[in-house]
Amino acid sequence: MTAPLLEVRDLVKHFPITRGVVFKRGIGAVQAVDGVSFSVAPGETLGLVGETGCGKSTTARLIARLLEPTSGEILFDGADLAAMRGSQLKNARRDVQMIFQDPYSSLNPRKTVGSIIEQPFQIHGLLGETGARRRRVQELMEQVGLNPEHYNRYPHEFSGGQRQRIGVARALALNPRLIIADEPVSALDVSIQAQILNLLSDLQRDLGLTIIFIAHDLSVVRHMCDRVAVMYLGRIVELAPAEQLYANPQHPYTAALLAAVPVPDPERRGAPRALLGGDVPSAASPPSACRFHPRCPRATAKCSEVTPQLEASDDGSLVACHYPLVRGEALAERQRDA
Amino acid sequence: MSTSPLLDVRDLKVSFRTDDGLVEAVDGISYSLEQGRTLGIVGESGSGKTVSGLTLLGLTGSRRTEISGEALFDGTDLLALDEQQLRKVRGQGIAMIFQDPLSSLHPFYRVGAQIIEAIRAHQKVSKSAARARAIELLGMVGIPDPAGRVDAFPHEFSGGMRQRAMIAMALSNEPRLLIADEPTTALDVTVQAQILELLDRLQQQLGMAMIIITHDLGVVAETADQVAVMYGGRIIEQAESRELFDNPQHPYTWGLLRSVPRIDGGSGERLRPIPGRPPSLIGLPEGCAFAPRCVLANDACLHGRPRLESAGPDSHTAACVVGLDQRAKAWQATQQDLDDSAIKTAAGVSK
Repeated sequence: MTAPLLEVRDLVKHFPITRGVVFKRGIGAVQAVDGVSFSVAPGETLGLVGETGCGKSTTARLIARLLEPTSGEILFDGADLAAMRGSQLKNARRDVQMIFQDPYSSLNPRKTVGSIIEQPFQIHGLLGETGARRRRVQELMEQVGLNPEHYNRYPHEFSGGQRQRIGVARALALNPRLIIADEPVSALDVSIQAQILNLLSDLQRDLGLTIIFIAHDLSVVRHMCDRVAVMYLGRIVELAPAEQLYANPQHPYTAALLAAVPVPDPERRGAPRALLGGDVPSAASPPSACRFHPRCPRATAKCSEVTPQLEASDDGSLVACHYPLVRGEALAERQRDA
Repeated sequence: MSTSPLLDVRDLKVSFRTDDGLVEAVDGISYSLEQGRTLGIVGESGSGKTVSGLTLLGLTGSRRTEISGEALFDGTDLLALDEQQLRKVRGQGIAMIFQDPLSSLHPFYRVGAQIIEAIRAHQKVSKSAARARAIELLGMVGIPDPAGRVDAFPHEFSGGMRQRAMIAMALSNEPRLLIADEPTTALDVTVQAQILELLDRLQQQLGMAMIIITHDLGVVAETADQVAVMYGGRIIEQAESRELFDNPQHPYTWGLLRSVPRIDGGSGERLRPIPGRPPSLIGLPEGCAFAPRCVLANDACLHGRPRLESAGPDSHTAACVVGLDQRAKAWQATQQDLDDSAIKTAAGVSK
C-alpha cells in the first residue's frame, strides 16, 4: 500500500461552553470531534457520513484548518497541518481546498465570477503577468462546464447547479491535491445533483484528485466513495470499503442508518425495518463509553462502561462495537413506533 | 371504490403577476383523491408542487395571484370560499404540515399552548379539556413524557420532535385530509424513517387522506398509493404507485428515476443526469416543457401542449406525444443503461 496522502490521528475539537460576559468561565464543552483517526490514500475518495451534529463538517473544517484543533495531528504528505502557522500554513493550503454546501452563501454576491475564481491566484501571488490569470480562469470555467464568456457575470445570474460549478472551479484553481467536499450536492435538485456528481468523478479521474466527500445522503456516498467512515457524536464507529460497508454493515448504527434510507421501490413499502428510536443526544453531554448505547438494540451494561475501540474485524473493516453484527445478521426489529 | 372522491381538483391554474412577468406556477392540473388514500406529488423546485398544495388552503391568494379551476373537497369548491369559510376548512377539513418545523412553530409560545389554540379555534371546549387533548395528541405522535413536555418551548425540542409536534397540531381537529409538504426534508434519515412510519400509522388509525409533496422518489415509494409527477407547473405523469415505478411512461420520470443513485444499486456506475435545467415558469414555450431536455423530443413536441393520455392500466396517464411503442422501446434501452444516442436508435427516433 502506498503512503497515505492524508493521515488524521486522534483529532479532537471541543467547543467551550461559557457563562458570564465579563468573567467568562467554562462550564463544559461541546465535544464535536472526539478522537477521530483515519487515512486517505492518493487518488482515493473517502466518504464521511453521519447525521446532523455527528462532527463530519467539523472534521472537514479542521483538516482545512478553518478551525483550530483542540488536539491531534493532521499529517498531509508527512507534514503536520495542525502544527503549522503563518506562511507555512498558507503554502500548505494550496494543496487542500474545500467545496461548500450552499452555493448561494459561499460566493460573494458583489464579485464577478471571474474575480471569485481568480482570488486564489491573488492571495498566493501566482500568474502575475497580464492576461495569464484571466486565461487560467476561463480554462477552469471551461473545465467545470461553464461558459467562459460568462467571466464578468455575477453569482445571482447563475442557477444553483452552475453556482456549485463556480465553487468547484475556485477549489481547483491552485491545482490542489486534496479536495474536501462538504455536502456539495445536498442543496441541489436531483437532476442537477447527478450532473455535479459526474463532474466531480470526471475531475478526479482526469486530475488524479484525492477527495474527502461529506454527505448525509448514504446513496450518494455509496456512489462516490471507495471507503466510507460512519460518524456518530464525534467519533468514527465504522470505517470500511464502500461495497463491504453497504453489503455487510457491522456496527448497529450503520445498519440502522442504512435501513432508514427510503428506496424508490413501492414493493418494499410497509416492510418491517429496524428503526432507531429517539434522537441523537447532545454532544455537550454525550452518553458514557459507547455513545450509541442508549439507542442501540444490542446494548448491554458493558456498553455504558467500556468504550469500544475502532478495531479491525475479520474482513478488514474497522468497527468500534462490543457486539458487532456478523455477516448477514439483521438488526433486531424494534416494535413499530414506541 | 365508486364513492365520490374526497378531493377532486379540476384544471387548477395558479399564476402570479410579478415584475418579471406572469409566473405560471401551476398550469392546469387535475387529480382526485379518495378517503384513506395517499397521493404523492413529486417534482423538483419550481415544478409547482408546493403552490398546488398551498392553494387548496387558500394560502396563495393575493392581489397579484390569479387562480382558476375547481378544487372540490367533499363537494364544496375550496377556491370559491371566502376567508371565513376557509378558516372552517383549515384544520378541521384539511390540515397542512410544512417542511421546516422550526419556522412553523412560534418560538415565544409553549408547544402545548400552540396546540391548545388550534383546538380551541375549532372546538368549543374548556382550556383544561383542550390541554388534556394536547397531551393525548403529543403522546399519540410519540413524544416521550407528553405531560411534562406540553409546557416546553419549541427550542427545547429536537428537529424530529418539532415535526412530531407539528403533526400533533395538524391532527388536533381530526382533519379528513392532511397535506404534508416535504415533511422530512429537513430531518436526518433515521428521524425521517420514524416520521414516515408515524404518518403511515396515523393515517391507518384515523382513516384520513394524505397528500405528500416531495422531491424524493424514495419517500414517495414508501408512502404513496398513487403518484403525480409534476414538471413546469403541469402533471406530466400520473399512476398508481406500483405501476409508476414498474412501468414509467414519461421520459422525465425515467430521468428522475435514473439520476438518483440508489442505495441498493451498484456503486461507481456513471449517473445519467437529465441535461440542462428545469424551465423558468415565466413565458413557458408553447410545446412540451420538458422537450428541451428530452432524449426523444421531435418536432411534434414543440407544438401544442401534450395532454395526459392513457398509458397503462388503472388510469395510468402520461403527457407525451411520442408513440407508446416508441416509448416502450426507449424505456427498455434506458433500463439497460445505454447512452442517449443508443436510446434514440432503439426507439427509432431520428435526430
